[in-house]
Amino acid sequence: MTIPLTWYLILSAALFAIGLFGVLARRNAIAILIGVELMLNAVNVNILAFWRYIRPDDPSGQVFAIIVLTVAAAEAAVGLALFISIYRTRRSINVDHLDALKG
Amino acid sequence: MNLSSLNWNSLLPELVIVATSLIVLITAVVGKVSRVDRIARGHALAVVTLIGLLIAAGLTIMQLSQPASDFMGMVQSDALSHYLNLVILLAAALAVLLAWDYLGRFTYSFSEFYSLLLLAVAGMMFLGKSTELITLFVSLEILSISLYILTGFNRHQLASAEASLKYFLLGAFASGFIVYGAALLYGDTGSTWFSDIAANASGGFLTLAGFALLLVGFAFKIAAVPFHMWTPDAYQGAPTPVTAFMSVGTKAAALVALFRVLQSAVSAPYETWAWALAILSLLTMTVGNVAALRQTSIKRLLAYSSIAQAGYMLIGLVAGTVLGLQAMLFYLFAYAFMNIGAFACASLLESDDWSELQDASMANARGLFSRQPLLATALAIFMFSLAGIPPLAGFFGKLYLFDAAIDAGWLWLALVAVINSVISAYYYMRVVVVMFMEAPDESTRVRLPIPDSAILAIVIAVLGALLLGILAGPSFASLGQAVVAWRF
Amino acid sequence: MVLDYLPLLILFIIAAGFAAIAIILPTVLGPRNPNKMKQEPIESGMIPFMQAWRRFPVQYYMVAMLFIIFDIEVIFFYPWAVVLGKLKLFGLIEMAIFLGILLIGYFYVWRKGAFEWQ
Repeated sequence: MTIPLTWYLILSAALFAIGLFGVLARRNAIAILIGVELMLNAVNVNILAFWRYIRPDDPSGQVFAIIVLTVAAAEAAVGLALFISIYRTRRSINVDHLDALKG
Repeated sequence: MNLSSLNWNSLLPELVIVATSLIVLITAVVGKVSRVDRIARGHALAVVTLIGLLIAAGLTIMQLSQPASDFMGMVQSDALSHYLNLVILLAAALAVLLAWDYLGRFTYSFSEFYSLLLLAVAGMMFLGKSTELITLFVSLEILSISLYILTGFNRHQLASAEASLKYFLLGAFASGFIVYGAALLYGDTGSTWFSDIAANASGGFLTLAGFALLLVGFAFKIAAVPFHMWTPDAYQGAPTPVTAFMSVGTKAAALVALFRVLQSAVSAPYETWAWALAILSLLTMTVGNVAALRQTSIKRLLAYSSIAQAGYMLIGLVAGTVLGLQAMLFYLFAYAFMNIGAFACASLLESDDWSELQDASMANARGLFSRQPLLATALAIFMFSLAGIPPLAGFFGKLYLFDAAIDAGWLWLALVAVINSVISAYYYMRVVVVMFMEAPDESTRVRLPIPDSAILAIVIAVLGALLLGILAGPSFASLGQAVVAWRF
Repeated sequence: MVLDYLPLLILFIIAAGFAAIAIILPTVLGPRNPNKMKQEPIESGMIPFMQAWRRFPVQYYMVAMLFIIFDIEVIFFYPWAVVLGKLKLFGLIEMAIFLGILLIGYFYVWRKGAFEWQ
């Protein structure tokens, strides 16, 4: 008895939804970033499951997962640098406190 | 596999841009420069950047008639991507001219700025060429991450940092959707190549969900309603040269990439996507135009206007015909000239107070005509062109788009677009009225002396908006030949 | 099929049981006379001089960020190493280009002084 592909897809969809909820519900920029990272990693679970079940002979699925991982890291690095720079001037990274631009 | 089988030639323009970017970056840490020489060095770097852009444009023009598919079909260089490259390179060159003087007012990190700008250009050029999901994702991220940093480049100013944060959070969010959509399409077909996806897509739930998620992600990137929340803030807060560049470049590249993705969706009925795009287009132009009506800042007004313009350009994709694509490309050229020109004028009206929003408010332009008649006339030309008044480029762009829509049977969409143009004329004209009809007072503010580089950029943009209008017929026809040569 | 994983389950149970016994047995058998020294987080280590919950110097952040970037880039060596045998010279040149670009970034960060603590 092997675990069917659907289980992985459901797991990944659930993780993606949790990440999505985190992005929409949290007000702290770092918590939002964590939500985004969770979404990207949920997709990675999805990609690897597809690779294993549909095209185990072709490594492009693995390459896709590695690239998503790298991009997520680059995004996190840039994002955290931004947060630090904002925190230095505002002493807050709550997105509700950022209201200089509106209209 | 070996080196020569990859056919590097077709990627030469992109490689030149990447190489220039690395060269410009490395100059930041080579040698010591005194405080006085820094500005001169910034100008030298701008020249290097411009040379890189020009070489890439030259190479692109030389390749215009040679369609090629390379890197095992990961990229496709054809007429579509060549013309897209020209739009992007033009936008970048104008942005460099704007930054020439503007940048030195708040930073000495010239190398980093131009290097990131070139990286964003490379990302956009690759995005327009990509015919494979991983390539598409990577190039999209290269351009997005560069633009997040560029948006927040004026980091001591609150508005810029805030704009950058909002752009980053929503952009990263959109990336999640795009990559999820790509994963589902990969699962559906077992391949990341567009051609394989077109051939093997099941047309079932996975295909549908995959394309829908990709569409949502792209809608974020081209700032289509209801995924546009970040746009006004990011465009208003970003340094004006960056705003001018990204409002044109990102939209152009993402629209072409979206077109390529949708072309591979042929196995799913195209009508479904056309309807989704039509609704997107309808919402985008209406919301953009209505929201622009009540803006008091010229920069924010232009931000909402660029949302509306994206709505017009989507019509080309809705039509999905040769004519539609041709009209979209023509409009992209016209849009590059008139929109960057408008932002260039706006950048000269900004107040110098760095502690605040430092914005080009409508009051700053009051009675501009009596103070700076040429500048006011130039801005008026861009406003007329954006509004779509003959004989300027914007008018013919809209004409071709609406014509393509009617030709493909989307009469109602063309009618809505015409009504929208009428609404938009109100706020574009308001800027003109403020400049020409009202008397200048103490709130009128122009940055003097007007830098030569900005004058050059504005002159190029004015000439482009005028000539594309006067020579609309021939230039549209030449675009048509190139597009027809593409695989339809 | 499930039975194939039985040894794994037994291993888990033994491991969990051993850990439980190692915790429960001393609390039952051993005598207890707590004093201040014994209450320290690390007995027989350095004496703590402040709360662990405090702000870290921002320098740590810079190191962490650079670490993430360069560490993640190394991941690309794994798929490359797997197919290098097939790609031969082509693979070598490709990796040289990749490393070259990475080194330019490294050089930039180094000369910018991001590796210096102050």
